[in-house]
Amino acid sequence: MSKEQQEILGLKTGEGGIIISKLDDLLNWARLSSLWPVGFGLACCAIEFMSTASSAYDLDRFGVIPRNSPRQADVMIVSGTVTFKMADRVIRLYEQMADPKYVISMGSCANCGGPYWEHGYHVLKGVDRVIPVDVYVPGCPPRPEALIGGFLKLQEKIRTESVLAPKALEKLMKKDVV
Amino acid sequence: MSFEELKQLIQESFSEAIVAEDELATPKALLVSKDSLHEVCDFLYTNDKTYFDSLSCMTAIDNGVEKSTVEIAYNLYSIPFDIHLMIKVELDRDNPSVVSVSDIWRTADWHEREAFDLVGIHFNNHPDLRRILLPDDWEGHPLRRDYVEQERYHDVKVKY
Repeated sequence: MSKEQQEILGLKTGEGGIIISKLDDLLNWARLSSLWPVGFGLACCAIEFMSTASSAYDLDRFGVIPRNSPRQADVMIVSGTVTFKMADRVIRLYEQMADPKYVISMGSCANCGGPYWEHGYHVLKGVDRVIPVDVYVPGCPPRPEALIGGFLKLQEKIRTESVLAPKALEKLMKKDVV
Repeated sequence: MSFEELKQLIQESFSEAIVAEDELATPKALLVSKDSLHEVCDFLYTNDKTYFDSLSCMTAIDNGVEKSTVEIAYNLYSIPFDIHLMIKVELDRDNPSVVSVSDIWRTADWHEREAFDLVGIHFNNHPDLRRILLPDDWEGHPLRRDYVEQERYHDVKVKY
């Protein structure tokens, strides 16, 4: 094998020792490949969430592993009806999570109150009234495929994030300065 | 033991206790006066002919502003004799209060808390009478017919 061939082979197998990438891409790749949700369920959506994690749908293959502490979690799945009593607890859990953190609102109840819209005096009409939501998954309850779809959407969103680009400044510059 | 026999048994010991009866209810119901509720319940629980050892369910019903009453239905079951009985009590709607039966059946503890939470009935001698479903700082009792939601709860709008 010639020296040139050995060099090419070394690059292909990663034995060259150096990978060049953008910092943004590296961070985003790491984040979107290990989305750990905080493991709690509020209603029937939680059953679908559980079956999404089961062997039939195998959420593990996306690097999604439910954690039992909000401190270790990256994403919160609001899976079910958020009552006013629970809303205070949901806010508290959200505030305990370390940045960067994301929220998936799962099912009609968490999205907008769902069937409790008219007569549910005790139900918050959408979890986005108390915490910021990244992805909405429609359904009542959504099938496991839909929740996986939600995670893929979130991955797409994270892929375009940037820690370096001055997004806020760019936004400001676009506005007409009076 | 039949419904008639049960009724007779209660009447023998408490002549004034039974106010009315409802044979169409399931199980058949006896309307008991508010003051004799506890002693009738205790009698049905301890008497070795009835031995109603299980309070299957306890529900509070608001009869509305016009009737101005609330009522409580106690569904009793005797496991050894396999007999059912419903005891009802009717209360004034404006300030409903009745004695707690949680010292007879421990089940009544949480059921009475629910009736307090949703219909606003006060149970005397209850060991721990506070809301069970709604948050402690909730306003009003939602299963009352004239209930109106509060405007905001913890700065979040309630009604849309």
